[in-house]
Amino acid sequence: MKWRVAAFAVAVVAVVLFPRVAGTYPVKLLQEILIWGIFAMSLDLLMGYAGMVSFGHSAFFGVGGYVAALALTHWGANAATGLALPAAVAALAALVIGYFSIRVSGVYFIMLTLAFSQMFYALTFQVAWLGAEDGIVGVPRPRLFGLDLGTATAFHLYVVAFAVATTLVLWLIVRSPFGHVLRGIHDNEARMQAVGYAVNRYKLLAFVIAGTIAGLAGALYTQFVGSITPEAFVWRTSGEALLMVIIGGTGTLGGALLGAGMFILLQSFVSSYTERWMLLLGATFIAFVLFAPGGIVGALRGRIGLKA
Amino acid sequence: MLLSDLLAQALNGLSYGVLLFLLSVGLTLIFGMLDIVNLAHGSFYMLGAYAGLAAIAATHSFWLALLVAPLVVGLIGACMERTVLRPLYRRPPLDQVLLTFGFIYVFEDIVKWIWGGTIRSIPPPDLFAGSVRIFGGAFPSYRLFVIAFGLVTALVLWLVIERTRLGAIIRAGVYDAEMTGGMGINIHRVFTGVFAFGAALGGLSGVIAGPIQSAQPPMGATILIPALIVVVVGGLGSLKGSLVGSLLIGQAEVWGKVWLPNVSMAMIYVVMAAVVLLRPQGLFGRPLK
Repeated sequence: MKWRVAAFAVAVVAVVLFPRVAGTYPVKLLQEILIWGIFAMSLDLLMGYAGMVSFGHSAFFGVGGYVAALALTHWGANAATGLALPAAVAALAALVIGYFSIRVSGVYFIMLTLAFSQMFYALTFQVAWLGAEDGIVGVPRPRLFGLDLGTATAFHLYVVAFAVATTLVLWLIVRSPFGHVLRGIHDNEARMQAVGYAVNRYKLLAFVIAGTIAGLAGALYTQFVGSITPEAFVWRTSGEALLMVIIGGTGTLGGALLGAGMFILLQSFVSSYTERWMLLLGATFIAFVLFAPGGIVGALRGRIGLKA
Repeated sequence: MLLSDLLAQALNGLSYGVLLFLLSVGLTLIFGMLDIVNLAHGSFYMLGAYAGLAAIAATHSFWLALLVAPLVVGLIGACMERTVLRPLYRRPPLDQVLLTFGFIYVFEDIVKWIWGGTIRSIPPPDLFAGSVRIFGGAFPSYRLFVIAFGLVTALVLWLVIERTRLGAIIRAGVYDAEMTGGMGINIHRVFTGVFAFGAALGGLSGVIAGPIQSAQPPMGATILIPALIVVVVGGLGSLKGSLVGSLLIGQAEVWGKVWLPNVSMAMIYVVMAAVVLLRPQGLFGRPLK
């Protein structure tokens, strides 16, 4: 416990100070890792803890991204438009989609979530005031508490602060009684029901929490790149988040962050050498599912007896 | 709108629906038998289209391509089942779904590697290259062929599954694979066979779709979504559901384009949401839990 807190603190300090020792490109990569890490962690809450494997988590990432893009462009760039509103709309979307999706489980849940995320893709692809195919470009970064996030340093701290806050919040959630109920549902849903837990209400709440955090990740992403396109909703976005969680190890929040890091680094490294990035990605995915279903964290635990 | 236009749209919807049926029936068969939602099923469709292109380039015959491409894709499916899926049967079913998901990337990139990313199309066979007049409007005769071909396939499938010994084995396997194995059926071989057959049907639909929809690497991932919606609407594992769901989604797609062109792509999701709300297990699915 003690050394974990210490390791976390060291990691935070290292991430905060990273721009002082590294150039612009590595810093951008780090920010990308953190944003995707937030997204992957929110998926891990569903997958690893509640046992709900969603193939449509991109829906909330995209909704957050689009709402942030619209609000920041039209209603002034501040905390409300850049964060609060995207999170609220993503939560609402998660409530609606979750209401439909949690009625079923397993493969039906996979197919429904996938289909719902593609529905958003279809809508954004066609609706003119959302920019249709081209999406929304030229999104300004907000001002927070008098801090101009247009500057590199401020934006870095902002992303880091978000990643840290999300990690802590999720960590508290999975260790709370609520988190334990989720794990119980994962292990034996029928028994949890029999014991008297309103299983569906817990699942829906987990779905909404995960969707809200994913929406925040999407909003951050829009501010990071300054634009959003229908591609954000596409199944590949959900797939990449799934891959990150699986590479890192499901049911370990740190694993999702680690997986995001591995993924982004590998992507930037590999795509500078070969065009066969997708092939490698698919093969990695297959290899992890076949040979290391516990991901990196799972493999490490088995190898050196690292305890959870 | 003229009556001939209405009819042409209905026929368009029917041909698209039949195409979806050819695809989704493989998906639903594989699920019924192996309990796997094969997310790489769209990839089989794409592989079928490209194998068809290659076969046409080599033989200049659409009909040979229609025969060869499904065989090739079926073989790929058989290899996939034997090598990577079989070791996973003891694991939670979601592992297998994740595995097939990885294959979407692999297949798409391999096709891009071999054929490049450009859009290609399969010319319709000479016999059906023209169009016929229906109520005064012209309608491509190839689409009529697709409709007939799909409906005949549906009939043959139904006869095989309901009226033959092989069909009885498959039905038994869908009902209880372990017990069927206990009765002396080599259930592993049946699994491989069903997976290969489903893959071949996916490949077949890829060739059939070639003259209507152009072939390009992302086509597999794109068609997967409507195919999944069909099985959600019809009910997973149900042959009848796959047929009814396909025809329903085919019509929804076409009439959405006619009446609500601005949001037409969302039409099929509305149908899906309505069905899930009223009957979570799909129109013909077994009740959940």
